[in-house]
Amino acid sequence: MTKKKKVLVAVSGGVDSSTALYLLKEAGYEVIAGHMKLWDYDEVGGDLHKDGRCCSIDSINDLHQLCNALSVPLYIFDFSKQFKEVVIENFVSEYKAGRTPSPCVICNTELKWNSFLKKAEELECDYIATGHYGQVEFDDTGNRYLIKKGIDDSRDQSYFLWGLDQKALSKTLFPLGGFEKSQIREIAKKMNLKTAKKPESREICFIADDNYHRFLKEWEEKQGRRFEPGEIINERGEVIGQHQGTVFYTIGQRRGLGVSNPTPLYVNQIDAGNNKIIVGDNEALLRNRMIVTDINWVAFDNLRDKIEAEVKIRYLHNPALATINVIDETSAEVIFDENQRAITPGQSTVFYYGNILLGGGVIS
Amino acid sequence: MKQIYLDNNATTPVDERVLDVMLPYLKGMYGNPSSVHFSGREAKAAMENAREQVAKFINADPSEIYFTSGGTESDNIALKGAAILNRNKRNHVIVSSIEHHAILESAHYLEKEGFKVDYLGVDKDGFVSSDELKDKITDKTSIVSIMQANNEVGSIQDIPTLSAITKEAGAVFHTDSVQAAGKLKIDVDELGCDMLSISGHKVYGPKGIGIIYIKKGKRIAPLFHGGHHEKKRRAGTENIPGIVGIGTALELAESLRESEHHRIDALAEFFIDGVMKAVPNVYMNGPRSDRRVSSTVNLSFEYIEGESIILSLDMKGIGVASGSACTSGSLSASHVLTAMSVPIELAQGSIRFSMGRFTTKEDLEYTISVLPEIIEKLRLMSPLYSKK
Repeated sequence: MTKKKKVLVAVSGGVDSSTALYLLKEAGYEVIAGHMKLWDYDEVGGDLHKDGRCCSIDSINDLHQLCNALSVPLYIFDFSKQFKEVVIENFVSEYKAGRTPSPCVICNTELKWNSFLKKAEELECDYIATGHYGQVEFDDTGNRYLIKKGIDDSRDQSYFLWGLDQKALSKTLFPLGGFEKSQIREIAKKMNLKTAKKPESREICFIADDNYHRFLKEWEEKQGRRFEPGEIINERGEVIGQHQGTVFYTIGQRRGLGVSNPTPLYVNQIDAGNNKIIVGDNEALLRNRMIVTDINWVAFDNLRDKIEAEVKIRYLHNPALATINVIDETSAEVIFDENQRAITPGQSTVFYYGNILLGGGVIS
Repeated sequence: MKQIYLDNNATTPVDERVLDVMLPYLKGMYGNPSSVHFSGREAKAAMENAREQVAKFINADPSEIYFTSGGTESDNIALKGAAILNRNKRNHVIVSSIEHHAILESAHYLEKEGFKVDYLGVDKDGFVSSDELKDKITDKTSIVSIMQANNEVGSIQDIPTLSAITKEAGAVFHTDSVQAAGKLKIDVDELGCDMLSISGHKVYGPKGIGIIYIKKGKRIAPLFHGGHHEKKRRAGTENIPGIVGIGTALELAESLRESEHHRIDALAEFFIDGVMKAVPNVYMNGPRSDRRVSSTVNLSFEYIEGESIILSLDMKGIGVASGSACTSGSLSASHVLTAMSVPIELAQGSIRFSMGRFTTKEDLEYTISVLPEIIEKLRLMSPLYSKK
């Protein structure tokens, strides 16, 4: 008999990762559950007793029951110090630089497929697994691990996985990638998994009340700083209103500008250096070109010249056809066949060929 | 898989002899000791019998023993109870910096409430200096609380000297004897303390029961208000099965104390020598002398994190801790080791092995045999080790 393969499963307390744990156990793996403690209400604000979900004591208590029922050991890893330094502080400084960050991507590459993977190696595990709706597959012809979309298109989370390298992928299982979300809910319900009925969140985990304005304000106040109000100007440079701090705006935003104009106005540019918000009409938001930096190619080592791909510019975006022209190893120019609305600096962008994730990077 | 339990400072298994005396009070004898009728009398008698057992264990009078829910509650009653009662005349509190969180967090609470709190430092072996206490104590000090034996490194404080200094200044002296009970002789007269805490589940008794000794004539402000239980110092219907359990547990512990002391001493020396010979770059935290509760062996494995060692040992069926159980899950270095000026890298690689009544030499031999491979594996993964 061959020795059972050993997996460390990242469990948040939610239905997806709980079911992933169950499925791997059923499939005959030797399973260990690992919960990453990433932040603390004392640190990030929000109300534990009102908004409590992942990372709260209650979800850890639920996890203990679940793991005990499955006869799986559960360990809690405290990564909160690293999470603060690598994810939260980056999140704040990106907003302050006038960009709109993707913290989940950084958390994946720096925490889950780094620190957590290291824990797995210490525990002599062959793999780590998460509840992401994505698929990892070894491709013999290219001799590479590929990331593919999860089969449930509406739940696919491959967008968040573009930063993973080959070594990380060789040690990764995504047990949910071949399921529809509804099937997962069904399995969880049938198995009476304690976490089946939990409300789920697709927002940023450390902002439990989904109020990022509140978060940024409190975070700065704790450091004794505050955001400076400034001018809202139109494309002709005329001052047409006041803003409460550039961090509270994102590209394409229409509501909450507090300016009156005969036609609708949208945030078109955030000039953090001069503390100005530049607004314009919807037309002005349309672009067919962007520069992408920090690129990680997943499906091949390097792009030599150019490639046609479907490109996603934010998580909830229908991929659009584009040509990617290489600039250097980690940057490229992307020309869309058709104009795209509100291309937002700081956001992750990913490139697909069919359901294969070619790679991704950060919009600059 | 064989399970080896080396975390007796976190909690101890219930001794069967203790369980046996408790069972009748969980099954048929349900009485409330405050009831006037037959079932109350039965419960009341059992409770007073246990109170006598506890009193005898610490050489006190039964009237000076109060039952609580455990060590944490006892510590809270002592520190807050004495401080709050005397707040108008004396608003100063002194504790050591290596106390259990039950004392430290109570002290922080008092600070927030406007009390002045001083935290006594310790030397590299975890000992409080009586000179520092003399320096810090004033006629405004209401209570001094210093633990008899430390839960992480086992250092035993010179309680008679510390309590004498406290008495001279007119303050109340409390000691947390949770980790000393059953391991060291506890005589409240010899120790000179006014208050003393003990927990049931650290002495092979049940969880959810503890005692606070309050010397006759000493007063506290109660935390719980309610009925006339425990002379109005601790309201709430008494936990009779627990009370019966802790009485017997302490009686049993005292009868075994001398022989266990010799047995554990020898086991600990065997273990420390064995680990140090099998694994390089291991350092002991706390004194290697009779000024340590010998069942507590705190070792730092250079270049690696304690948490990683715990998990790897758990995979082999060996249960140990880093720091205290109450703070696990957080990666900050232990406050005890920090106070002892253990360098942070070594503090993070510390493991507490705590032996007990059911620890055998075979348990330790097995642990010594699996450690080298685990430590070597973790060190090879450690960036600190590869830089060496």
